[in-house]
Amino acid sequence: MPDRKFLVTFSPHDRNPETTDKVMLTVIIAMLPIIANSVWYYGFYAIKGYVLTSLFCIGFELLFNKISGRPCSLKDNSALLTGLLLAMNMPAAAPWWIMLVGSFVAIIISKQVYGGLGQNPFNPALVARIFLLIAWPVEMTAWIQPTPIIRGFLFDTVSSATPLGTMKSDLLAKGHVVTANLASYTDQLIGNVSGCMGGDGAIFVLIGGLFMMNRKVISWHIPVSFIGSLFLFTGIVWAVNPARTVDPFMHIISGGVMLAAFFMATDYVTSPVIKRAQIVFGIGCGLITGIIRIYGSYPEGTGFAILIMNAFVPLLDKYMRPLSFGEVKK
Amino acid sequence: MPFFGFKGGVHPDYNKSLTMEKPVETLPVKPGDKYYLPLSQHIGAPAKPVVSKNQQVKTGELIAEAGGFISACLHSPVNGKVVSISHVVHPMAGRMEGIVIEADETNDEFVPISDEGTFQQIVQRAGITGMGGATFPTHVKLSPPKEVDSLLINGAECEPYLTCDHRMMLEETMKIIKGAVLIKEKLRIKNLIIAIEKNKPDAIKLFRKYEKEYGFELVPLYVKYPQGGEKQLIKACLNRVVPEGKLPVEVGVIVHNVGTAAAVYEAYTERKPLYERIVTVTGAVVNPKNLRVRVGTPILTLVEACGGFVGIPKKMVMGGPMMGMAVTSVETPVMKGTSGIVVYREEDMPNLTKYPCIRCGRCVDACPMLLVPSIMDRFVKKEMYEALEEHHVLNCIECGCCSYVCPSRRTLVGGFKTSKRHIMQMIKERGAKNA
Repeated sequence: MPDRKFLVTFSPHDRNPETTDKVMLTVIIAMLPIIANSVWYYGFYAIKGYVLTSLFCIGFELLFNKISGRPCSLKDNSALLTGLLLAMNMPAAAPWWIMLVGSFVAIIISKQVYGGLGQNPFNPALVARIFLLIAWPVEMTAWIQPTPIIRGFLFDTVSSATPLGTMKSDLLAKGHVVTANLASYTDQLIGNVSGCMGGDGAIFVLIGGLFMMNRKVISWHIPVSFIGSLFLFTGIVWAVNPARTVDPFMHIISGGVMLAAFFMATDYVTSPVIKRAQIVFGIGCGLITGIIRIYGSYPEGTGFAILIMNAFVPLLDKYMRPLSFGEVKK
Repeated sequence: MPFFGFKGGVHPDYNKSLTMEKPVETLPVKPGDKYYLPLSQHIGAPAKPVVSKNQQVKTGELIAEAGGFISACLHSPVNGKVVSISHVVHPMAGRMEGIVIEADETNDEFVPISDEGTFQQIVQRAGITGMGGATFPTHVKLSPPKEVDSLLINGAECEPYLTCDHRMMLEETMKIIKGAVLIKEKLRIKNLIIAIEKNKPDAIKLFRKYEKEYGFELVPLYVKYPQGGEKQLIKACLNRVVPEGKLPVEVGVIVHNVGTAAAVYEAYTERKPLYERIVTVTGAVVNPKNLRVRVGTPILTLVEACGGFVGIPKKMVMGGPMMGMAVTSVETPVMKGTSGIVVYREEDMPNLTKYPCIRCGRCVDACPMLLVPSIMDRFVKKEMYEALEEHHVLNCIECGCCSYVCPSRRTLVGGFKTSKRHIMQMIKERGAKNA
């Protein structure tokens, strides 16, 4: 028998069936309840937002691949994921050009120029959100009243403030929080409050998050430490002076905390790989969010908190490396 | 007996049912068959030939003697004639020096080794190396420089597909037990532990019967790869941590594979040198089997004994899928450490589409040595060997868990294997400079 050419590769010769594109797809599937919820409340605006950001992000990814002469990287599903996340971080009524600029910042400036998937130090969707928030504060806070889709597609916008915005303006104007002006827990949980498309509706974010945990895409470390530390911190401030802020439960279900804790802070690329470093990372996110919300001038701090903690990831991974098996501490 | 476990590890598909129920068959020796015997079948210095071309040899006759203390003797697997002493195919080195013997008559008898000298000398004379795959010369392990209080017999067989140890535990139970007791008595070791993974309940049940009579402890192991790794096994059974860069002896333990224990028994009581072993032939072959084969048999002969290939073979792995070596040629011979032959077709191979590392951390969670493969992989790519050394790459046991779980299909463990060589070289040069 003539000697055949056999393939020679490094061991191991078997692999786990999980691949990167499948992992990304799982995250996208986990987002479906949130997407459905925002379509329910914002109808046409939500659909437009998701479609536009996804198309723009995919478009910029392709464009950059062409320009830099790299192979098409769409099959890893990361551009689509960034697009959807970006839409979730925008008001439903944001104009199309804001989405275009946001997608450009997310894909080109904060991802591709660093070398593409896996190389970016900061979460692309968040960089885009913060950039837009600072550059176009009016458009980025053009919140509209959520209207369930069964009452007809919404075309005329009724502007309305977010609960955290109301809290902040009451605090600044009157010196204390007016609880009566705030949305109810139920509305907050199901997303019947104005805000970013994906930020509200804590229940739906939680469903997606638990699905990802069940599929072992994310672990509990970041969400639990993030939400837990925010709960504790705001709880202490609230217990000391209830006029200063809302109760801790309201804090964790309002704004973008749930979305941030389950979908943004857990972004593999920009969070630590070591479990105990992830806990520190999550605690940092929770504390910074709380500090900005209570003492800062922005009503919401999750975006800034995650970006700040992203910067610490290399340090956390370096200094929290566990001792290797049998390693003796020097 | 408490079970302590270790961190990390993976759960690959075991696929053992293909050959688990199949009793060991002996592969007959046919006159005219050629046997290829590389002089390096073990870790350490290659053996030195003591025969010449055209010389007639008998089964079990010494054909190459150990080339040093960490080396092993080599015996003729058949009655026949030495046809050449030149180069033979070797799974690791491509081609390397070896002896080729052509069988002339079939005979089950062997030339016994002399039983003079110490226990260790007899084991050395029998050319026994670890039968689990790492092929460390057994007499070296049996000459511990420190006091040893525990002897661990490794029946974990945590590699997927392989069932040779499992079958041996069922069919040669007494040899394993008596071999283990022999080592225990000769070395005056206090505890004897036989550890078997729980996915071999029949073997566990069988050994349980003899537990009291022969005075050993049976530890059923949690099914997880790499449960059979020496350091992992010691942690799981005795809750002792072998210090980095040290051997199990450091914590008073010696570990031997079940096959090694049986070989030691055969060498000491039957004076039989090591010239045959059990090999699991599985994967894309017509009739997967457990075969008792002579060392030096080309793997094509094994595959033919199993009815040939199914479809077009794309990859041939010597050993298990997790740590085995992909071989280039069907002429590659079975060696003392060859526990299995796994044949893959194109369609059996996992999807190997590479993506950039997304820092998902799965490798970090899977590493049983608590390393950080994803970060170390960056240093491999940039050839930053100092940084790699600081991240304890030398502690890597090359089990492949990191590559196994990587969704981006990075060749993590492959990079560490090659880097380790560079780092060893680097350390050597550093030592030379300081000296």
